[in-house]
Amino acid sequence: MQHTTAAVAASAFGLISSDRPRTLLREDGQRPALDAIWQLLDTVPDPEVPVISVVELGIVRQLNWQQDRLVVTLTPTYSGCPATQAIADAIHMALWQAGLEQIELQEQLSPPWTTDWISPAGRDKLRAYGIAPPAGSASKRTLLGEEPEVHCPHCGSVHTSVISEFGSTACKALYRCDDCREPFDYFKCI
Amino acid sequence: MTAQLNSACRQALVDYLLHLGDSDTVMSQRLCEWVGHAPALEEEVAMANVGLDLLGQARSWLSYAAELEDQGRDADQLAFLRDEREYRNLLITEQANGNFADTMARQFFFDAWHFHLLTALCQSTDAQVQAIARKGLKEVTYHLRRSTAWIKRLGDGTAVSHQKMQDAIDDIWTYTGEMFTATSTDPLLVEAGIVPASAPLQQQWLGYVQATLQEATLTCPDENAYMQIGGRQGLHTEQLGYLLAEMQFLPRAYPGATW
Repeated sequence: MQHTTAAVAASAFGLISSDRPRTLLREDGQRPALDAIWQLLDTVPDPEVPVISVVELGIVRQLNWQQDRLVVTLTPTYSGCPATQAIADAIHMALWQAGLEQIELQEQLSPPWTTDWISPAGRDKLRAYGIAPPAGSASKRTLLGEEPEVHCPHCGSVHTSVISEFGSTACKALYRCDDCREPFDYFKCI
Repeated sequence: MTAQLNSACRQALVDYLLHLGDSDTVMSQRLCEWVGHAPALEEEVAMANVGLDLLGQARSWLSYAAELEDQGRDADQLAFLRDEREYRNLLITEQANGNFADTMARQFFFDAWHFHLLTALCQSTDAQVQAIARKGLKEVTYHLRRSTAWIKRLGDGTAVSHQKMQDAIDDIWTYTGEMFTATSTDPLLVEAGIVPASAPLQQQWLGYVQATLQEATLTCPDENAYMQIGGRQGLHTEQLGYLLAEMQFLPRAYPGATW
């Protein structure tokens, strides 16, 4: 019953539940469809921003079968992101809970992760969570150029200013809204 | 790609990868020393974040070095179980933090080198070097943007901040030349298109540094001044031994410790 309570609490806070039935286990012994696995991984939350899934964040790049072994290709967001291992563990656990036993996780560096891979649904969820999603695309001009136009996730104002280039995690910068005066995290474009 | 490397080239690449990985490791360790001591919370977070990026890149370089040397060691063993004389980091990375201006001068010169080097390594003929460089460049672009902004703010700030920034630049300058010195085996890698030649890199670096310092109303020291070298041969300044003693204490005192 503890799981059920946790699931209810999680859904009340808009978080993704980690309560999983063994949905991928098939009685006929056949491999489950890749679509079903993608759907399952879309319920695995990012450990730092638990409203968005690892699929929406663009970390899961590929799923393949090598005979009866599922190969999951992951790409880290930042080279030193401490959540990388936690994400790999969470994915492994989710697949295992759902009934898969032969799982291999592979790390892929190239092409490097970009915020352009965050899905539109993921961007909306970030905003609703109080984190301004990356503005525009990750072209070199954005990286080197002038400040991007960052919208306050609370009041929508464009009158915002940067407090620090680096925020609570490597992927975020710290901003302040000059209208509603609230500080907020901005998901940097890379 | 790695299968095509002959043994001389392979050894040269291992050496070069250690140079990159060690420089990132030591720079990261220095930056993280600021945690709990920085002048403002935002800057403390920023320095820890930059340090974290560098640590991640160090892990990639050292993992690849470990794979190529094929001695059964991994990235952690390379980082924690090698002595000072085996470290191949740039001398500039091991210099003490000093005051905030000293740290930012060191960071700016390092970031400008790192940015231009990784940009060139994105064209490397070695697929893994290219992949690590492409990933790291995105992060280093932010590092350079931040340190460049601080050079301008402090240089073109008050009389006191200007003087401190100029002193910091003059003090660390003697360690910048080493970034563009090659070892005896580097030419093998340049010829194979794995790493860029250092002369054009130096020109790009100098151009960027001179333009930034000019905008910051600071004086760029003499580019032909005497330069300290030795890091790539394992000949370090006094600073590195103390840094490694602290960094390596735990895995040396408790071999195989995990948490």
